[in-house]
Amino acid sequence: MEKEKRVLTGEHFIQGDIACAEGAISVGCNFFAGYPITPASEIAERMSERQPCLGGTFIQMEDEIASITAVLGASWAGAKAMTATSGPGIALMLENIGLGIMMESPCVIVNVQRGSPSTGLPTLWGQADMMQARWGTHGDYRIIALCPNSPQELYDLTIKGFNLSEKYRVPVFIMTDAVVGHMTEKVIIPKEEDIEIYPRRYTTLSPKEYLPYKPEADLVPQIIKAGDGYRIHTTGLTHDERGYPVMSAECQKKLVSRLIDKILNNLDDIIIVEEKDMDDAEVVVISYGITSRVVIPTIQKARENGIKVGSFRLITAWPFPGEKIRELSERVKGFVVPEINCGQMVREVERHSKCSDKVELVPHTGGDIHDPDTIYEAIMKVAKS
Amino acid sequence: MVENHPMEPFLRTDRIPHIWCPGCGIGTTVNAFANAIKKCGISLDKVCIVSGIGCTGRVAGYLNLDSFHTTHGRAVPFATGLKLANPELHVFVFSGDGDLFAIGGNHFIHAARRNIDIKVICVNNFIYGMTGGQLAPTTPLTAKTSTSPYGNKEQPFNLPYLAESSGAKFVARWTTYHVMQLTNAIIKALNKPGFCFIESVSPCPTVYARKNRLGTGLEIMKFFKENTRREKGVSTRDIGIDFQKEFIVGNFVDI
Ligand SMILES: Cc1ncc(C[n+]2csc(CCOP(=O)(O)OP(=O)(O)O)c2C)c(N)n1
Ligand code: SF4
Repeated sequence: MEKEKRVLTGEHFIQGDIACAEGAISVGCNFFAGYPITPASEIAERMSERQPCLGGTFIQMEDEIASITAVLGASWAGAKAMTATSGPGIALMLENIGLGIMMESPCVIVNVQRGSPSTGLPTLWGQADMMQARWGTHGDYRIIALCPNSPQELYDLTIKGFNLSEKYRVPVFIMTDAVVGHMTEKVIIPKEEDIEIYPRRYTTLSPKEYLPYKPEADLVPQIIKAGDGYRIHTTGLTHDERGYPVMSAECQKKLVSRLIDKILNNLDDIIIVEEKDMDDAEVVVISYGITSRVVIPTIQKARENGIKVGSFRLITAWPFPGEKIRELSERVKGFVVPEINCGQMVREVERHSKCSDKVELVPHTGGDIHDPDTIYEAIMKVAKS
Repeated sequence: MVENHPMEPFLRTDRIPHIWCPGCGIGTTVNAFANAIKKCGISLDKVCIVSGIGCTGRVAGYLNLDSFHTTHGRAVPFATGLKLANPELHVFVFSGDGDLFAIGGNHFIHAARRNIDIKVICVNNFIYGMTGGQLAPTTPLTAKTSTSPYGNKEQPFNLPYLAESSGAKFVARWTTYHVMQLTNAIIKALNKPGFCFIESVSPCPTVYARKNRLGTGLEIMKFFKENTRREKGVSTRDIGIDFQKEFIVGNFVDI
């Protein structure tokens, strides 16, 4: 590794966690604050090795609360900032993820999910933090969460995550898991000039004209960085376009609606799904992350046995592609939803499906991946219904 | 002709009147801060202020600087991120004793240990003002609060001692009676690279004084005047504050 090179263009055989760190660095991440936790520590370790050689900052904070808060501070100083942890760390970060949403601070939060609740299975995997990402911090909001299923995708989606967080000024979750984070596979890092970088939406207005929370047409306000002479105020309190606290239901409505609508109005831009064998599908398996890799051979087996089954993979988990599920539910027999939890994303599928009795959950409490037979049986059950 | 107030360039005048009670020491501390910045002649564009939550937490909202009103206890890590990502900034944390030393205590000692180049100003009013007068980690023994109605039984923090032993490079304690000294201490901190801590002991006439029958803001200032002294070479270990007893003020650490 040439330590001083930002983009390590070429073919590598690396761990998912390392690919995640490299994706962040490739897109310009120059600030990382974190606290060690299995199975995410390798991301911090890689950052501690790389950032100092690139003129960036790595800091190991005293806990995850400090980590996310330092990330927000760095973001306001103009840095592209990231933190990485697992479920227990996210639990500590939640209040300040809300601050990030309210201040509209671009940043990326990686959750390498492990078995849970509590300390759970530190070295083994799970997918049980999906609803935590969506609803964990208090209040009403929308969040963006991406679900890679390979080291290559951890690289690619970390780049995508940074770009979305800049574009929509919202913290973005990368929801991976201990399998993908610790698996070693081929990762192709493109040429520097081929990497898409969405620049920070710095204002073109003068300090006199500028209002920190006045939205543009897509409902996202332009931003500044500390020290540029704009002398802005920003707060976690409900605020007006000047950023000043206003304690009223009207201001609350205006602000909270905008924070939600800036995501909801741009679903087509944010939502990525991968569809396979869907044209004639009568049964659709909806999966994400590591589970999607068990689904593919299972679908092949079912196809060989004459079952018309397709795969619908959530690359974006939040916002959820509800409209797409509604459309599908009008033409397919039903859905099979395997996930390494006792039923989280399946609730979204049920909620959007025209008949929720067509939805078959294949739960797993974590620590292992699904036995393909359990998914196969669910496919057969729906196919015969 | 009405002359502009000398502090006007420092304030978001469109946010005045502020929320603080008459006789509260927060405004006096803000005034000392603004004077210090003015005397140093540094560009206001490069000064950032970070607050947590509380009456003192509202300071960020009134200063015409890049100002960040964060969450309860988290001003110090936010300031750490700001400073590390742009070392050109002069980063001040302005918050209450509960914010900085109860919920935020761990961040304080670690920022001091790391010698992060931020300046922390704590308005110590011995109580949680904003939430209506509950026990703080600085409440003196026997003092009454709404959650220690029979008198506080817990040993309070001695803030300068805590700051020094955590590694702070400059440590001072003054009261809102000592406006000049407080201002000078802030100037010293500004000119000193590294983690600096200033405690501003302040009256909270509305909750602390009322619960302990200490009188008006003015009477508390009089108490500060008559019951504080400086002691050359004193160790921070020996300057804890007892309920309504004389206490020591000064610049204790200046490395
Ligand atoms: C996580 C969290 N817990 C509790 C609160 C409620 N709260 C707001 S301010 C405050 C205490 C403020 O006391 P202090 O820091 O001493 O500041 P003062 O109001 O006295 O200036 C508390 C407990 C909160 N905002 N957030
Ligand atoms: S409650 Fe106390 S600390 Fe808060 S503004 Fe009033 S006097 Fe000041």
